[in-house]
Amino acid sequence: MDSFLHMGGYAFYVWTSYALALVVLSLNWILPRRALHKRWHALLRREQSSTGKAA
Amino acid sequence: MFNLLHRLSSPPSFFAFAGRALPWLLGGALLLIAAGCYQGLVVAPADYQQGDSYRIMFVHVPSAWMSLFIYMVMAAAGAIALVWRIKLAEVIASASAPIGASFTFLTLVTGALWGKPMWGAWWVWDARLTSELILLFLYLGYMGLESAIPDKRSAARATAILALVGSVNIPIIHFSVEWWNTLHQGATVTKLGAPSIHPSMLLPLLLMAVGFKLFYFANLLVRARCQMLEREQRSHWVSTLIKEAA
Amino acid sequence: MLIANAIVTRDLTLALRRRSRVLQPLIFTLICVSLFPLALGAEVNLMKRIAPGVFWVIALLSTQLTLENLFQSDYEDGSLEQWLLAPYSLPLLIATKVLAHWLISALPLILMAPLIGVLLGMSAPIIYALMLTLLLGTPVLSLVGAIGAALTVTQRRGGVLLSLLVLPLYIPVLIFATTALEQAAAGLSYAPHLYLLGALATLALTLAPFAAAAALRIALE
Repeated sequence: MDSFLHMGGYAFYVWTSYALALVVLSLNWILPRRALHKRWHALLRREQSSTGKAA
Repeated sequence: MFNLLHRLSSPPSFFAFAGRALPWLLGGALLLIAAGCYQGLVVAPADYQQGDSYRIMFVHVPSAWMSLFIYMVMAAAGAIALVWRIKLAEVIASASAPIGASFTFLTLVTGALWGKPMWGAWWVWDARLTSELILLFLYLGYMGLESAIPDKRSAARATAILALVGSVNIPIIHFSVEWWNTLHQGATVTKLGAPSIHPSMLLPLLLMAVGFKLFYFANLLVRARCQMLEREQRSHWVSTLIKEAA
Repeated sequence: MLIANAIVTRDLTLALRRRSRVLQPLIFTLICVSLFPLALGAEVNLMKRIAPGVFWVIALLSTQLTLENLFQSDYEDGSLEQWLLAPYSLPLLIATKVLAHWLISALPLILMAPLIGVLLGMSAPIIYALMLTLLLGTPVLSLVGAIGAALTVTQRRGGVLLSLLVLPLYIPVLIFATTALEQAAAGLSYAPHLYLLGALATLALTLAPFAAAAALRIALE
């Protein structure tokens, strides 16, 4: 296990690369997901307030 | 076939289709990337020249492929948007740009992280890294132009032209940079040329490449759904959808 | 052809009337060039090595500075919209417009190249090579720049965005031109580089007017 983490002395470079890949991919996933969620709920609220007025 | 495509390209059916396809794409992407990481980090043996540092390749090379692939998608979608004025194509082009830019960024950073132990410097003006940097500039220009034009539809058409001009230019840029590099640096950097690839190294590379591609499609669908909702918020299908949900 | 003639004559007349517009890029080039020896030290061998690159980078920047004006005034006074309605082919109109721009901004630069070459310590054959590369390379800069100028014509302060769009596309020209000059400095043949620049110019001449026309139509929609 230790030698696996050690990566033959290149631990810093290898693990930083993979960690950065993880960060970039998850940001790419989370931010648009959040934006979609927000927009959906904004539209929902608009709908509810307009029907509320009509009723 | 054409009929199916035609129906799919209408915003409401795309929105529904994207919602259904998303979990499969994301699941597949995560599975493949996980398998690729396992194969690449654990199973594949260390390279006899580069030791374990070559494992960065399994992130670096697939994201470099993605950075080019996504630009081509943008150019193709842009051409379709220009000729047939299909909204879906406009949305796909514009939603692809940030993903492509982030893959380009990832390529550059992992290139630097790989370069430091191999070349002894974070940045070397190697032909491939330099082309990748220029590609990042092209992405940034695309996004800059897009954000400068307030009307979404004309922004989509203007950026489509830019993407097409860029895609004509990319091969020329690549060729000129290679030429410049051979003149200036000679053979010092050939070390990073793919080390005659052993099958145990090819497998993780392919797993990661396909995984990244699926991730791109999944991510594209989320972004495209979001843009569709924004652009079409006053349309009939969005309000029915919202009414059903409310 | 009559209309082309008219556009070029009109633009040249306008430029001659507002001479500062023509002179300012030249003065900009001159000032920038003289900054380099001041910053790096005027050692002769160093100057010889960096002069072609320095000159070409500054040529890119000064072309890019003048690009903003390419369609701007025509857009503001409404003549651009008349163009779209006019019974002439828009790409042809744009090509003439670019020709006028090249005559006003690039040709003076080429004519001034010997002076700047002398300032940077270039020898006569290098200056000759420099002028050849400029002659073949600057049309590409103007043509590709026209696409960027057309895309950003409605932007109030489009200058920075324009450079973001256009400068990456200039890189091949920069590389071919400066490597040609390096070959020339080493006493080798630089004909292949000139052919490549010529190929780029031909490609730009055939494609860029159409791309710029499409961009203008979109911008003015």
